[in-house]
Amino acid sequence: MSFDFTEVAVRDVSRHYGRRRALAGVSLTCRSGEVLGLLGPNGAGKSTLLSILATLLAPSTGQVYYGSHTAGQAGPALRARLGFLSHDLHLYPELTARENLEFFARLYGVEAVSERVATALGRAGLTARGEDVVSGFSRGMRQRLALERALLHEPRLLLLDEPFTGLDDASVAALVSRLHELRAADRIIVVVTHDLDVAERLLDKVAVLKDGRLVAFDDAHGRIREHYRAHVAVGDRCS
Amino acid sequence: MFLKVAWLVMRKDLTVEVRSREIVYTTVFFAVACVLVFAFALVKEGRPLEDAAAGIMWISVAFAGTLALGRTFERERHSETLRALMLAPVSRPAIYVGKLLGIVLLLLIVEAVLVPLVGLLFHAPIWNRPLLLIALLVSGTVGFSAVGTLFAAMLVRARSRDVMLPILLYPITIPVIIAGVRGTAALFEAVPAVDLAQMWLALLGFFDVVFVTLSLWTFEPLMTE
Amino acid sequence: MKKGYPLFVLLAVVLFSVAPVMVAQAPYEATMGLVQKIFYYHVPSAMVMFLSAFICGIASAVYLFKARPEADRIAAAAAELTVVFGLIVLVTGPLWARKAWGVWWQWDARLTSTLLMWMIFVAYLLVRRFGGSGAEKLGAAMAVFGMANVPFVYVSVNIWRTIHPTTRVVPTLSPGMRGPFWFCAIAFMLLFGLLLAVRARLEQRRADVEHLYLLADEE
Repeated sequence: MSFDFTEVAVRDVSRHYGRRRALAGVSLTCRSGEVLGLLGPNGAGKSTLLSILATLLAPSTGQVYYGSHTAGQAGPALRARLGFLSHDLHLYPELTARENLEFFARLYGVEAVSERVATALGRAGLTARGEDVVSGFSRGMRQRLALERALLHEPRLLLLDEPFTGLDDASVAALVSRLHELRAADRIIVVVTHDLDVAERLLDKVAVLKDGRLVAFDDAHGRIREHYRAHVAVGDRCS
Repeated sequence: MFLKVAWLVMRKDLTVEVRSREIVYTTVFFAVACVLVFAFALVKEGRPLEDAAAGIMWISVAFAGTLALGRTFERERHSETLRALMLAPVSRPAIYVGKLLGIVLLLLIVEAVLVPLVGLLFHAPIWNRPLLLIALLVSGTVGFSAVGTLFAAMLVRARSRDVMLPILLYPITIPVIIAGVRGTAALFEAVPAVDLAQMWLALLGFFDVVFVTLSLWTFEPLMTE
Repeated sequence: MKKGYPLFVLLAVVLFSVAPVMVAQAPYEATMGLVQKIFYYHVPSAMVMFLSAFICGIASAVYLFKARPEADRIAAAAAELTVVFGLIVLVTGPLWARKAWGVWWQWDARLTSTLLMWMIFVAYLLVRRFGGSGAEKLGAAMAVFGMANVPFVYVSVNIWRTIHPTTRVVPTLSPGMRGPFWFCAIAFMLLFGLLLAVRARLEQRRADVEHLYLLADEE
């Protein structure tokens, strides 16, 4: 019953709300061991694309392929291979850190719940605060906890929506190194971010969106700023 | 697996509620305030209208239930945790059942406070047939909550959601109110009309089966965009 | 369909012009006299209202489970017509009742179910209008649940009210009345069919315009 894949392919995906178009004809791929960045100005459709990748939204036209299956074909087994770190963090503020992790671990059918939760708390640097309720945590602490929550079930595809916003430099560095670890473990990572500095350190591939269209999709090679300025500032189209 | 997920969700809701106790306290207090307002508004010769006991009780439960539903899902909306639940690789209807059980439990607590209060204020003979009364309350609560949970969940993303919930919920749950009130009133008579109450109970049971099934069926298509 | 419209509109106009004549010529009912003639518009309106509600319920279920946009358009059109014809029923009914039996309203099973169903579809329209994006699905759920609900309302009010006797008089149709009745019924059905088609088509047009906006945007 275990479902897995090594590549995510977005094929000509569009999404519209009435007459407002959020995404138009976007196509891109990302493989195991790669970090793909979604860049672009506000309202470009980055979060929408991420939600579609997470199967929270259905595309109006086009398809997303996880390996050789679409979300519809794969069913709930696909969701077991997805990890989503949203801007809202999806944590229950009234529960403790441990309780949050345990709830999601059980929900995802993770084995050896206690050990996994303990490990996760350790990686998040929150072992000492495990019994404290989340509402008392700083943004950075919550972020670390939410990331570990998203990784409890060892997803193949990890989706992060603006994970670096509001973090201090130390937290950013820690997150970047964690993501590098995951990349080395052959995960597929898609990150939406505004932060070009971080993007330069982290990304293998970059996709630039503007007004719902994909204006650039290329290997990063440390040339992210060029890509961004060239395509977003001037408004060129190329793929 | 289905039941395990429902149990997990319900236990999580209970834990959250036990920590803050916000919804329980405010809902119970609101329900009590409702009963009192009605009791004082409907007076005859300076005393509360005794025949109105059953009606007042059920109306108060319905109003309080609507509030509680709104608050519960507002909480989920605040942390977008409903989305997190939808992302989980579990059967979506199981999430619905978990939420439903939580709401039913909350409303039963409210009723546990209201029934003695109503007995006190209206001299209603609540000990006539306690088992039958409990059965009526439980099945009526399940029916109301089944529809309420579904509508409240699907309204999480909608505009004007606070006023939309009563607009949608009350017309659909009118049979529950009729059956609940009539059945309870039958039990509150000097000589309780047990057969009548049992018939209303049967109707409620049937309603519960139909509407829980319908809700389970429509939960997934309603919650996915 | 477009080509057939003028013909059907003409037919409907003819039917509705002739209907009052037929109604006037119909025999007087024994006890109620002239007032009873409201029945020739009241009952067909009720028939259309229930038919429309049924269509809305089915179309909503199809929309929910098969995600077909045409089903949603038909459901929206049918819901509006349910409210309109329901309003006719709920206004002509009390007018008739007041003159014939002295009361404006009565809480019996049939009246209550009708009123409730009407309210459910008003709620449907409110949800579609004020529910924000994704409101079509909310409305569809409302229609489906509303449909499932009607038998329960009918049964519960029926049981409730038979304990207290009612004074509703059920007229039986004498032969002279059948003609005008069915004539009016057909006229109303035709009108309903036309309005449904036109209204659904309007929704289709609206969707087409949205689509055009999208295409233009893609420039």
